[in-house]
Amino acid sequence: MSSVVVAVNGLVKTFGPARALDGLDLEVATGEVHGFLGPNGSGKTTTIRILLGLLRSDAGSARLLDGDPWRDAVALHRRLAYVPGDVNLWPKLTGGEVIDLLGRLRGDLDVRRRDELLERFELDPTKKARTYSKGNRQKVALVAALASPAELLILDEPTSGLDPLMEAEFQSCIREIKGEGRTVLLSSHILAEVEALCDRVSIIRVGRTVQTGTLSGLRHLTRTSITAETSRPPVGLDGLPGVHDVVAEDGRVRFDVDTVHLAAAVGRLVELGLKSLTSQPPTLEELFLRHYGDELPADGDGSGPGNGR
Amino acid sequence: MSELTGTGALVRSILQRDRVRILVWIVGIVGMAVSSAAGVRGIYPTGADLQRAAALVEGNAAAIAFNGPVQGLETIGGRIAFETGSFTLLLVGLMSLFMVSRQTRAEEESGRLELIRATVVGRHAPMVAALLVVAAMNLVVGAAVVVGFFGLGLPAAGCAVFGVSVSAVGLAFAGITAVSVQVAENTRVASGLAGLSVGAAFVLRAIGDIGDGTLSWLSPIGWGQKMRPFAGDEWWPLVVPALVLAGCLWLAAALASHRDLGAGLVQPRPGSAAAGPLLGSPLGLAVRLQRGALVAWASGVFVLGAVYGSVANDVEEFIADLDDSVRELLARTGVNIVDSFFGTTVLILALVGSGFALQSVQRLRAEENALHAETILATPVSRRRWVASHLAVTLGGALLVLGAGGLGLGLAYALTIGDPGAVPRRIGDAVAYLPAVGLMAGLGLALFGLVPRAVAALWGLLVVSFVIGFFGEVLGLPSWALAISPYEHTPLLPAEQFTALPLVVMTGLALALGVAGLWAFRTRDIG
Repeated sequence: MSSVVVAVNGLVKTFGPARALDGLDLEVATGEVHGFLGPNGSGKTTTIRILLGLLRSDAGSARLLDGDPWRDAVALHRRLAYVPGDVNLWPKLTGGEVIDLLGRLRGDLDVRRRDELLERFELDPTKKARTYSKGNRQKVALVAALASPAELLILDEPTSGLDPLMEAEFQSCIREIKGEGRTVLLSSHILAEVEALCDRVSIIRVGRTVQTGTLSGLRHLTRTSITAETSRPPVGLDGLPGVHDVVAEDGRVRFDVDTVHLAAAVGRLVELGLKSLTSQPPTLEELFLRHYGDELPADGDGSGPGNGR
Repeated sequence: MSELTGTGALVRSILQRDRVRILVWIVGIVGMAVSSAAGVRGIYPTGADLQRAAALVEGNAAAIAFNGPVQGLETIGGRIAFETGSFTLLLVGLMSLFMVSRQTRAEEESGRLELIRATVVGRHAPMVAALLVVAAMNLVVGAAVVVGFFGLGLPAAGCAVFGVSVSAVGLAFAGITAVSVQVAENTRVASGLAGLSVGAAFVLRAIGDIGDGTLSWLSPIGWGQKMRPFAGDEWWPLVVPALVLAGCLWLAAALASHRDLGAGLVQPRPGSAAAGPLLGSPLGLAVRLQRGALVAWASGVFVLGAVYGSVANDVEEFIADLDDSVRELLARTGVNIVDSFFGTTVLILALVGSGFALQSVQRLRAEENALHAETILATPVSRRRWVASHLAVTLGGALLVLGAGGLGLGLAYALTIGDPGAVPRRIGDAVAYLPAVGLMAGLGLALFGLVPRAVAALWGLLVVSFVIGFFGEVLGLPSWALAISPYEHTPLLPAEQFTALPLVVMTGLALALGVAGLWAFRTRDIG
């Protein structure tokens, strides 16, 4: 078996005049939890639907589990479980019936595992789908997918509508799955979730991949926020390479520094008589802000597709 | 009144969203009524023609069961009301049913009403807005029919009574639907309940009109015909639909005030925690999703068949009572009148029963729109298997519905004459329509694959087939136009000789269309 589960290159999909995907790249390695990040409408769901053979791409290539997602759809679907972003269930079927139906269609229904998950997610399987809240509909789809032993899980914003307790339960489930060596493609715009779970992330924007890499790798591309107290007035920081937005007041100084230049900046603080120091690692929020805010042009800083690994 | 705040804006919104639908209903019903009235006038140019035709109808249970009570048949107006009345009243009933449930319960079930009600809109405003639009549609249809009939040179008083009866019956059904959408939380069930009332209205008045007319007073369609347009012009029966409408509106308002948004009167019960053996394959799922509709359609068509079957014997007795000259006239046409009655009845059963097949084949599109197809097709189920599963239910169900109609017809007739042999014969007559229904389904599949958005156009073809089947001759349609309806190519058993060729051709055509549709579906995007 190949070490790559998903390999997407230069994928293009248009809907009439709208270009939903514009040369998207995505690579998911076996056994990793891969975060697929992007704002609403950036093309995450379209990519996933192409990977599931529901949509046909206009250009570029997509491989899934060494197969063609369009041609080999049925064979590939035996090896994956999917949670759609928009969970719509048959109104007159109960949650339990939907979970069993999907398990049987995949051919891997495991009743014990299902019952265990129902308990963990506190889901009542006897209610008609019509009467479920949004969060409970989401749980039905989650239980159906998590109960499957499939080697790949494709989850499209799986926790929208879940409360924090259930979110924590979901995260522990994903860690177990990762522990079993299975692969997860997790689309999300909830950064804390991705930070907590993912080995690598791909960030997309308007149908293009703008950055791919490990979280620590991506952090190198970002800035650390420093707040320090020094015995002498904090002069000469502005001139250092990679230091931004210096604000000095009441003997304290705050600034952001490009992570690669961290050592030099801290060295300067030591020279100034460092008394206290707090640093905040870059969050994905900042990654996002840099890519979707107006600080950088759409094409990013040269760390485009494939560069971050 | 604050409970009605926002009604005006909602009315405008309905008119804007549904303008095409509204126009199609109005133009369709008015066009149908006026053009067939003109056709009837052409068939009976002289008083003598009318007299002769009236003599044929007098005491003919079959014609009465289809059309209505014998009244004023010696005048052209009375004849027109007899031939076009029940159908027009039935159509306005269906118009009110579909429009009211679409604008009320369907909006509520989809969750859109929640969005609306959270704005500055009174509790009763959405229902009142829907009813105002439907009331206006009924009034427009009634008024246009008055103008159209008057334009044909019919007496003004009769025209007015006929038009008002059309509006009144439509309004009564709007009121009944307003209640049914309060009772059921599912739009399909709510429409089904209202549809049951329309069907019951037709059947009750058929039985009533054949008897002494008392039962017809239980039927909204009967109320319209009790106004005797062109046959005495009575206004007082109008009291009944008016009272029923008022009562229904009061009841609907009372029910609506006592229930939660999105809820029905019946609280949902918990269901099964685990799936039964049926829910293990796409076919099982399709059966599960459609069995409720199948049972409803099959029972409805069975009852309709039984009603006609129970009066078939009267047709025979009626022949025996005729005087020799008329019997000779009938004999010269070479058709056994009982067989011809069965032929027409089976055609009606097939047309009505096709409703299930049409609904069922369009279920594919509904499942796709609701994103259910995505969920299924993301499992190891091929597109072909998914379509085939639903189609198997469509065709199997169509067979069952046709069979149920033939069974009802044959059983009721067999019971009245004591000849069990009638049962399999009538079932056979009805099942002969399977290729025609299959052709409709094949066309539906082709639309689903090639132009999924247009799949609802199938209903249009069914209505056209109805018109061709019952008014084709009256309207003087050319033979190519009659050929549009697949049902016209099925031999009118048992009145006509059985010929296999058209059935084989239709089956082949259905297969070709189905294959084309499946091929297109397998190459297109889902959603």
